[in-house]
Amino acid sequence: MYEMNGARAIIGLLERQGIDTIAGIPGGANLPLYDALCDSRSIRHVLCRHEQGAGFLAQGIARSTGKAAVCFATSGPGATNILTAIADAYLDSIPLVCITGQVPTSLIGTDAFQEVDIYGLSIPITKHNYLVRSAEDLLRIVPEAFSLALSGRPGPVLIDVPKDVQTAIIRFARWPEPGCRREVPAADGEAIAQAARLIDAAERPILCLGGGVIHGGASDLARELAEKCSLPTTMTLMGLGAMPADHPLALSMLGMHAARSTNMALQECDLFIAAGARFDDRATGKLVEFCPGAGIVHMDIDPSEVSKLKTATVGLVGDVRHTLAALLPLVRRGSRGTWRQTTAMLRRMYPMTLPEATVPERPYGLILKVAELLDEEAVVVTDVGKHQMWTAQVYPFSRPRQLLTSGGLGTMGFGLPTAIGAALAMPGRPVVLFTGDGSLQMNLQELATAVEQRANVKILVMNNRSLGLVRQQQRLFYNERHIACDFQLDVDFCTIARGYGIPSFNAPAGCDLDSLLRQVFAIPGPCLVNVHVGREEEVYPMVPPGAANSEMLGGFYAERCPC
Amino acid sequence: MLNDALAELAAEERGATLELTVNNHPGVMSHICGLFSRRAYNLEGIVCLPQGDGATSRMWLRVNENAKLQQVMRQVEKLPDVLALVHHPAEHEIFSLVGRFTA
Repeated sequence: MYEMNGARAIIGLLERQGIDTIAGIPGGANLPLYDALCDSRSIRHVLCRHEQGAGFLAQGIARSTGKAAVCFATSGPGATNILTAIADAYLDSIPLVCITGQVPTSLIGTDAFQEVDIYGLSIPITKHNYLVRSAEDLLRIVPEAFSLALSGRPGPVLIDVPKDVQTAIIRFARWPEPGCRREVPAADGEAIAQAARLIDAAERPILCLGGGVIHGGASDLARELAEKCSLPTTMTLMGLGAMPADHPLALSMLGMHAARSTNMALQECDLFIAAGARFDDRATGKLVEFCPGAGIVHMDIDPSEVSKLKTATVGLVGDVRHTLAALLPLVRRGSRGTWRQTTAMLRRMYPMTLPEATVPERPYGLILKVAELLDEEAVVVTDVGKHQMWTAQVYPFSRPRQLLTSGGLGTMGFGLPTAIGAALAMPGRPVVLFTGDGSLQMNLQELATAVEQRANVKILVMNNRSLGLVRQQQRLFYNERHIACDFQLDVDFCTIARGYGIPSFNAPAGCDLDSLLRQVFAIPGPCLVNVHVGREEEVYPMVPPGAANSEMLGGFYAERCPC
Repeated sequence: MLNDALAELAAEERGATLELTVNNHPGVMSHICGLFSRRAYNLEGIVCLPQGDGATSRMWLRVNENAKLQQVMRQVEKLPDVLALVHHPAEHEIFSLVGRFTA
């Protein structure tokens, strides 16, 4: 018979789940939980400087490993602070278990000190959530939370635990089984056969790999399908890395900041085969004009995604890995010479970059130089903004989970704590963070966490002293009426970094970037490089928000484009 | 012919009733209603009663959606607290019974 309080039961259950790292911040309502953590031999606690940082640090662990990660926050402000990181995990389907302290049950509903209805607040941004009403329930709820976070389409789960539930003594005979991912079968066999017939009959098909392919561990099978049927393959932002960028069939990212050639190929295609992608507006542009005239094969584990926005000719609801495995033997091997020549020609005519844009002084040049110095072991994290889109456009991602980026929610401030989490989960691997001066300042305080944890994170600040994408939209769509996008203060990030004890370097225009970066990558632990980027450097091409993907502004060889 | 078309139109106007079996706890109502409001689905009426030993509840939702009904049902079925969903193509008797109180 075991006898312990609720807090110890939670820690015991987390240990049995195999959790070795928890990010969080203690406060009045979760002190029993932290007291129980004192006795844990297998869990390392990472003290962050803001609960949002703790949420993203846990995301860094989850995104880089695919396992569920855990974060702690106290009641009230601690809990509201962590909500953004939970919403971010929800939109990108990241398995996260967030455990918040709550005021004692007897005080709930009395506007007690640091009381907030985090159960109510988190309903729309979690897969599921719990307000634990008795300590016995923890034995059911904690394993169930992990199972829910990992099963089907992954996502965040929140468990709100009142302080008296943490201190209540419970007795139980055996520990419950840890919660694990429940297998979801392949899609219906007849639908798969129908999809195979559509693929065989298509003359100009395009395969599109989304984040679901990465979550489902299906990249290898997706690549087999592409190769067997000669399917030119595009990826969503969340799907980058599912097929190596240098693969002859890879078409790079689609959508608002896609290579011109990719969006043009999509206009021509007669069958769009989406795997684990959800037709987000940033990927499809104006929906009615997306892939006009194409049939749609849509594979997704979440039944509510199929035909949510674009009616599928064939919907394949099931685990994408099993579905692809069942589909592969049914499709005919094909070469599709003409269509591949067309896509290859488009790529030659409308290259993503030009030699003058890839010199080290320009954004693409910096990103490609970093890629040149790192191998596929490296983890690349971005924040949100111009630097994120430039990285997505040109970094040669070669494996799943190599890129960690905030796709659905687009959270500035995501980068630094996520990069720390990835560095802790992947010791020995270099982690490089491309960030901007705007994004970095949204979770700058986590520099302290990076130092304390000796996280091997190389922070590259692409500093244009402005909110670059806001500036770009004001220039393009608001008659250059710039407001609230240029920072008045030119922050000295190197001095800031030194204040935290982080080695830092300025990379002025014309410096020897190659030797500077080699030096930086050789330094163990965190390091910051501040790189000057011109305010006028824009992200092109760009599809105006709400417009069709065929309406691309700017970019190289735009004048050649008939659209 | 015209009668058929009119009947169809009337059926469409009536929407549908979804009959749910859900876990009975204080937050389940928020989960269901929150889903309808945040996804902009029209929810016209709710009747909810605990059943058996009180571990579960039966819930009837009058839904005023036609084109989006499939989507609504898939989203509702995704909620972990929803144990079963039965679709009634038109208004359920329960609403006419309860309707007497609003007459």
